[in-house]
Amino acid sequence: MAERSFAKEVQDLRIGAGQEFRGEGILAITKALLECGVGYVGGYQGAPVSHLIDVLSDAEDILDELGVHFEANASESAAAAMLAASVNYPIRGAVTFKGPVGANVAADALANLSSGGVMGGAIVILGEDYGEGSSIMQERTHAFATKSQLWLLDPRPNLPSIVRTVQKGFELSEASNTPVILQVRIRACHVYGTFEAGDNQRPPLTVREALEDPQRRTERITLPPFTYQHEIEKVADRLPAAVRFIEEQQLNEHFGSEGEVGIILQGGMYNGVIRALQRLDLADTYGKSEIPLYVLNVTYPLVNTEVLEFCSGKRAVLVVEEGQPAYIEEAIGALLYRHQGSSTLVGKGALPMAGEYTGTVLMDGVTRFLREHGNGLLPEAHPSTNGHAEDSDDEGLSSAVPIRPPGFCTGCPERPIFAATKLVEESLGPHHIAGDIGCHLFSILPPFEIGSTTMGYGLGPASAAALSATGARRSISFIGDGGLWHNGLTSSIGNAVYNESDNVIVVVDNFYSAATGGQDVLSSRADRASKSTHHSIADAIRGLGVRWVKEVDRTYDVKRLKNLLTDALTTEEKGPKVIIASSECMLNKQRRERPQRNTAIKEGKRVVVPRFGVDEDVCTGDHACMRLSGCPSLSVKTLDDPLRDDPVASIDESCVGCGNCGEVADAAVLCPSFHRVDVVHNPGPRDRLLSRVSGFFIGALQQWRDRRRLVFEERG
Amino acid sequence: MSHSDIVKIAILAVGGQGGGVLTGWIVALAEANGWRVQSTAVAGVAQRTGATIYYLEMCPLEEQAPVFALAPAAGDVDVLIAAELMEAGRAVLRGFVTPDRTTLIASTHRIHAVSEKVVPGDGQAPEDRVFAAMERSAKRVVAADFQRMAVEAGSVISASLFGALARADVLPFPRRSFIGVVQDSGRGVEASLRAFEAALADDQPPDRAAATERVPPRGPNHLVAEWNVLEARVSELPGPVRQMAETGLRHVIDFQDLSYGKEYLDHLHRFVALDDGAFVMSATAAKYLANAMVYDDVIRVADLKTRRARFARVRGDMRLGASDVAHITEFMHPRVEEACGTLPAPLGAWIEARPRLARWLDRRINKGRKVRTSGLSWFALLYVVAGLKRWRRGTYRHRIETEHLDNWMDLALTTASHDRALAAEVLACRRLIKGYSDTRVRGESKFDAVLQALPLLKDRGDAADVLRRLREAALQDEHGHALDAELEAFASVAPASS
Repeated sequence: MAERSFAKEVQDLRIGAGQEFRGEGILAITKALLECGVGYVGGYQGAPVSHLIDVLSDAEDILDELGVHFEANASESAAAAMLAASVNYPIRGAVTFKGPVGANVAADALANLSSGGVMGGAIVILGEDYGEGSSIMQERTHAFATKSQLWLLDPRPNLPSIVRTVQKGFELSEASNTPVILQVRIRACHVYGTFEAGDNQRPPLTVREALEDPQRRTERITLPPFTYQHEIEKVADRLPAAVRFIEEQQLNEHFGSEGEVGIILQGGMYNGVIRALQRLDLADTYGKSEIPLYVLNVTYPLVNTEVLEFCSGKRAVLVVEEGQPAYIEEAIGALLYRHQGSSTLVGKGALPMAGEYTGTVLMDGVTRFLREHGNGLLPEAHPSTNGHAEDSDDEGLSSAVPIRPPGFCTGCPERPIFAATKLVEESLGPHHIAGDIGCHLFSILPPFEIGSTTMGYGLGPASAAALSATGARRSISFIGDGGLWHNGLTSSIGNAVYNESDNVIVVVDNFYSAATGGQDVLSSRADRASKSTHHSIADAIRGLGVRWVKEVDRTYDVKRLKNLLTDALTTEEKGPKVIIASSECMLNKQRRERPQRNTAIKEGKRVVVPRFGVDEDVCTGDHACMRLSGCPSLSVKTLDDPLRDDPVASIDESCVGCGNCGEVADAAVLCPSFHRVDVVHNPGPRDRLLSRVSGFFIGALQQWRDRRRLVFEERG
Repeated sequence: MSHSDIVKIAILAVGGQGGGVLTGWIVALAEANGWRVQSTAVAGVAQRTGATIYYLEMCPLEEQAPVFALAPAAGDVDVLIAAELMEAGRAVLRGFVTPDRTTLIASTHRIHAVSEKVVPGDGQAPEDRVFAAMERSAKRVVAADFQRMAVEAGSVISASLFGALARADVLPFPRRSFIGVVQDSGRGVEASLRAFEAALADDQPPDRAAATERVPPRGPNHLVAEWNVLEARVSELPGPVRQMAETGLRHVIDFQDLSYGKEYLDHLHRFVALDDGAFVMSATAAKYLANAMVYDDVIRVADLKTRRARFARVRGDMRLGASDVAHITEFMHPRVEEACGTLPAPLGAWIEARPRLARWLDRRINKGRKVRTSGLSWFALLYVVAGLKRWRRGTYRHRIETEHLDNWMDLALTTASHDRALAAEVLACRRLIKGYSDTRVRGESKFDAVLQALPLLKDRGDAADVLRRLREAALQDEHGHALDAELEAFASVAPASS
């Protein structure tokens, strides 16, 4: 079960024409797909489009009713390959993944798909993970579109525009026999808004019907000599067809009146640019602009005639294009040069080359452009955003506010794995440690600071392959269950077996693809009606030929993990050493168990709820426990005691009683200030009797001692 | 209509605080009042316990759709809700709080960042700078500990922040409309409403820690009489030393007995006698002598763990009633060092002098033990150990601690004869010794490393300052890298001492 359930929201997918749809961007895209008669959908989760997979997964009933096939693909590569169904059949298909890392993985399939071309409309819904809230390297997906020739759609970030772009995207794909990428940025995926719904359409040809009447067209297959023909088709047929369609259907939009200066912008930048113009009193609330705007809802291919027409007669044109390299600006520059255009082209320079185009950046950029080229368009007294940050820092605010990067959640089962690793390094010395993609990569940050590189999903152990020498200190690499099933089983484990690696591999198994929102994977423990789970990681790894495989089914057992890691690093046994450390993601576990527990308590059943505490008078305030934890519920607290210089440890009510504190205190021989309190809800008669008897004697002993000494108390 | 009719609300929160719930409520509120509203968020791994921003824009419903931005811009936010104090600081830093228009609603509680927690000393961010920046930057500040209000109401912070939003009166929606949204939210409605009302009424629960007051000790008459004698001695001390001396005295007596308290005052008097009129050194001595004399041996841990007040505190922390049933389990990991420390000094020393025997014993002792102190048998065992207090002065650990105390005290007294400020810094180095096992060993080695610089400081005017800097460096990181760097820098400029 995913972290977030859309069971309620997906019912909105059933609404029909004339009704208003309310919800997130992701949900709107799903609804648009159904209205377009999509025949199959799939993808691989990853922010910001994880929820699209969750929505599809929760909407399986509705998809079934319409005859739409849903596949939770094993990887982006598998998802892109699935679009092959649109090569020989007039079936519309859509897959989703994040960009550019998803596109990196999918590149092989996307290139093959684009070469032969498609008959049915094929769309990749790509969540561009760029800017604030991103979890990956900062790159653009644009290059994938141009190198393999897929059309790139970048709609204005409001629900009606996005929905229309899905519809037009399928038509464009079919009109030009080319797959398209529909790019949506992080906040557009999660924007809440409304649009007027249409009726859902059954696919004219379902995959079931297609299977009954198989088709093949040899010339569509990516093999010479056809590949040479494909390339010619791309430039001679498909590109002109696409340009024609974009022009005829007016996919790109014009706003604002005539003017001597204008702005060409990516659709996704529209709201930010309008906001800048609103603040400069050059646009009203509804986007009526005094500056002419040419909005590229299709950022590849450019429609040259439209660009030239927009630029003609303009003294200066600003290109608002987020990220680098500046593909669009360069293309427009070349175009203007070739046609002896006279407009001054402004882009990077007025706007920064790197980084997200936030409201502040756009405001500054547009202001700069108009100040230089606007010829009095810019009002005299306009608000400036410059200086706010500097102004507020005259008293050292920036050095006071600590950075707060994401980290392991309260009770996370991965925390003790890295506590154990840190303890092993303390006794055996530092090792080369390779990280992977997943929540476990938070280990690179304090307090653990474990891991030197991350080279891609499922590639942790593969990235340590070169750092391998017989008899040398072994490297340790981490890989998650998500990464393992994505491709790591072959890329990392198989690679290590075949090359007789002597290194240590730790599989961090938390029962889900947790970092992307808790989607199930092959080894998940949940029972799913339409998916096959419960597949053993250990069996898979042994099946590949690993002989040294150890399993830990409770990662909180720090001591056992410490011993296993020590064994793995020192054993005489040849070949890769694999430790599978399994415990359920606490976020998902709590989400699953807490309601059940609360119900049980309400029903009067006996339930024991553990929580940890710290004895503040035993704690000396050395914070050694926190250097092995970083748990949000374990923090510091300043005591009202003049004898104390340093704050003591303290555990707040968010503690879920995972046990890490106690285990670490034991394994690292920390102070005895930790204790666990097991609160017995709805205690039985036996509980009460025992508690009363021991309470009586304990009370009596305490009283006896208190009568014989001075008792110092403070009155609160 | 001008774009200034658009109301812009940003919520800065820490992942996991329920910013999404609050955002959803504000959306429902706007829609219930016939407004058009847009909200955005960043979901996913970037949000796990990290800083995150939710953003809303809204305006009255018109025929035409407005163009809303998807993220806040500096200088363009009407309402900024910070769900934690440092996030309020971050909002100011990012320019989202401006004096011309921003109402800043901030919860003043702290969720410490990892960087603040891992420091061996006190790594907590300075709050006063953030409070000052809030006042300076906002048009209006509505600040309170909304987290505590929520917890006291059995709810979560989204509910009390929603109440604070109603209280701030910045949105043109009636209060009943706010309440309606909470009522329709479906889960935990009653508790949410309690938290909402508390924030609305600015019902700040009294701060428990701040309101404590010192009362005379209770006990048998003869002990109280002896206490009064010692207290009289404290009252004769110079003013600047008195309060710390009484705190220290209580601490020391609580650890052992009245005669140990008398020893404490005797030690303290040696510093007072050497001090100048400001008595800074003596006040420092009052503090660190108490800390040094109250060491953490097995007897003390057993004593603290079995006290009545401790049981009451644990149950209070868990918000348990008198009839609730709860079990307390301690996590203890004794080693041969702790066992030897509790033995009579000659025996303890004899064992430690025989490493093979010590190792053999350690194999039997050194093990994590889960001790259920709420059960009779474990309680009784710890109770008996705590009772060993009367023989504590004869233990091996006491001998070690006393030796250490004497050497350190002598060093401070010798130093005091020529440089009182430096002597105070020598005393304050005691802060470096804390923790158990490896942590304590590291602390002791830092203590030694810092004090080894002492001979080099002789006759330097800034000696006290240098020693303080060294100590502060030692508290910055676990392994003493900052201290090493500071020592190196010092050694490179120090005149050769040969």
